[in-house]
Amino acid sequence: MHTWLDGLIESSSWLQGLPAGLLYLVAMVAAGAFLLIFSAVLAGETVWLERRGAGRMQARIGPNRVGPQGLLQFLADALKLLAKEDIIPSSADKTMFRLAPIIVFAGAFVGFAVIPFGYGIVVADMNVGLFLVLSLTSIEVVGVIMAGWASNSKWAVLGSMREVAQMVSYEMPLGISALAIVVLGGTLNLTDLVVQQSGGVWNWYVFRGPFAFIAFFTFGTAMLASLKRAPFDLPEAESELVAGYHTEYTGFRFAIFFLGEYAGMILFSLLAAILFLGGWDPGFPLPLTEGLLRWVGFLVLMGKVFILLFVMIWIRWSLPRFRIDKVMYLCYKVLLPWSIVCVVGIALQVLLADALPDGVIADWLMGR
Amino acid sequence: MSPRAESTSTGEVHEGQPLVGRDLRTEELVFNMGPQHPATHGVLRVVIKSDGEVVRSLEPHIGNLHRSSEKIGEELPYYQWLPYVDRWDYLAAMNNEHVACMAIERLGGLEVPERAEYIRIIVAEVQRILSHLMAIGVYGLDLGAFTPFLHQFRERERGLDLLDHIAGARLLYHYVRIGGVKRDVSKEWIDELEVFLDAVEKRLPDYNTLLLHNHIFQERTCGIGVIDREVAVRWGVTGPALRAAGVSWDTRRDAPYSIYDRFEFDVPVGPSPIAGVAGDCFARHWLRVREVTESVKIVRQALGQMPEGPVMARVPKSYKPPVGEVYVRGENPRGELATYMVSEGKDRAYRIRCRGPSFSNIAVITEVSEGLLLGDLVAMIGSLDIVLGEVDR
Repeated sequence: MHTWLDGLIESSSWLQGLPAGLLYLVAMVAAGAFLLIFSAVLAGETVWLERRGAGRMQARIGPNRVGPQGLLQFLADALKLLAKEDIIPSSADKTMFRLAPIIVFAGAFVGFAVIPFGYGIVVADMNVGLFLVLSLTSIEVVGVIMAGWASNSKWAVLGSMREVAQMVSYEMPLGISALAIVVLGGTLNLTDLVVQQSGGVWNWYVFRGPFAFIAFFTFGTAMLASLKRAPFDLPEAESELVAGYHTEYTGFRFAIFFLGEYAGMILFSLLAAILFLGGWDPGFPLPLTEGLLRWVGFLVLMGKVFILLFVMIWIRWSLPRFRIDKVMYLCYKVLLPWSIVCVVGIALQVLLADALPDGVIADWLMGR
Repeated sequence: MSPRAESTSTGEVHEGQPLVGRDLRTEELVFNMGPQHPATHGVLRVVIKSDGEVVRSLEPHIGNLHRSSEKIGEELPYYQWLPYVDRWDYLAAMNNEHVACMAIERLGGLEVPERAEYIRIIVAEVQRILSHLMAIGVYGLDLGAFTPFLHQFRERERGLDLLDHIAGARLLYHYVRIGGVKRDVSKEWIDELEVFLDAVEKRLPDYNTLLLHNHIFQERTCGIGVIDREVAVRWGVTGPALRAAGVSWDTRRDAPYSIYDRFEFDVPVGPSPIAGVAGDCFARHWLRVREVTESVKIVRQALGQMPEGPVMARVPKSYKPPVGEVYVRGENPRGELATYMVSEGKDRAYRIRCRGPSFSNIAVITEVSEGLLLGDLVAMIGSLDIVLGEVDR
């Protein structure tokens, strides 16, 4: 976006007359607003996908009345929630109670700024993109524990305690699995990581040797857990904790929690697609012009995200919920060792490729 | 330092080793689970004293659904009291009616026509299938698996339609009457019933794939909430919970009532051969699945043996059984339902008392739930499959 903006300023004499700082500010605010609307709509449609998918899996129909096939259901739901009474419990800590949904929401949405949706379709192309996304998503924990504490409800406190324990634990296998890919790619820049995967399905990082393949699954499982998706939905286990940390939230504050959750799902699906599944690379050469290829790439990336989202929905409606001690067991005794094995294995793989003479195999191992 | 701090300041779940030092005092957290809570199956209120996630002690509080159906029975003629019986265990109305009618008939020495007996068995077993399907599905819901719950509704809806067809109501039928049943069943209805039985048999493996054979499900239920033989007998636990504990007792087989002695069926007993130990949540769930197939067997046999004839005995308009008392028991989906009735020779009973299986089954959780995690407690209460309408009556 930066380069595109520079090009725009250079090409127009009228724009050159304006102060550059103001121009950047306006452009960034516009991009942020566009991204917010885009990801909110995407989150809304994910809710639709989930509800329709669940309907299919459960021998029922699901929402199909608002808009074609019910696609606009999220608008109706948002309007309904807006019209509802906003209740803050009298014993709640009011400032924290109000602040919590905003933090959860922000943590999930800011990450979209560094995600490349296609070659060059990115708001901020940063060299520490991956690092930034992972650290921003962990801000959510703060909002959740604020929500649980401020509600002054025992169920909410218990829910947020579970959430914090779970998210803080699962960030380790999540981060370490992503680190394996960083070792392979040698960069934290998400665009560069995708560019290195282009040229064929076998070039996608998930197929670069056994360790990357395992890392994909540790990343996926840790992703499910840090998103609080079933079978790791303990923080809001409705049969145990009523609704977990957002028990006391109503109306639009609840909607914001809800939206933040689905935005998180999309964000992590994008991340998984970019890190492991080749991002916007279709996997085979397409005879198209570069400009067109860019937008086809966007659709390809969205297709991969759709598949990942569907798998998450599929898992949610098939499996029962874990128990809290089993969740911790899985994290510390299964996923964490395996993700460390992946990092070490991939480091060895890169070293081996360095030792080998230049050739196809070495290139493939290295990810060049 | 308070004397109870030692028992509350433990962190590890199973070994019970104190992780928090002696100088740090932690307090028990008192939870009020219910009466409005998604996992208490109605209006059960459980007051839990917990150490974080670990349940230290709990106490079930009942009485939120009390409707005085026993007292009402002293004020109304027998035939007017019968609809109240449906509301005891509202998921097994046919079985309730069956037991209550048997008690009233035995007071007056009334003979029920052969065909009516068969129809009673058929509807009671269909009701047992429906009730167990519900229990299986809802148990999944308790453990966080939403899909089996809605899948079982598909078959259950079919069964409810069948009962609706003969009784005119979906849930609370008032179909079994004093001296027989309200209406005869048609040939078409029997054909529909056979289709329903086939559908249930065909679909049961699907539910088992989703729950019984699921690894997470087994981890959540095996060895959790064990009610062993001795505890079960001491607390008067009956039904699937008793059989899961390894006690082979089924009123239908061991103290036959109606015409149950004419049918061949197995009484499955825990532990389950698939996984788990005797008396755990898994055994109870597995037992219900097994009992569905046994009930299907009984209905098929009854359909084959059913004779033609009247479905209602000649009952005087003002039914006044002679002075006396009876105690009649029958096997409900949730355990042994018994009715004690005293007659003074009037058109209404002098005293009626009902022994509901859910009442004794829920009482046992005070003894077996110590040290469970909160999630296990939900699994435990769910596996007992209580109906609050029967606990409070």
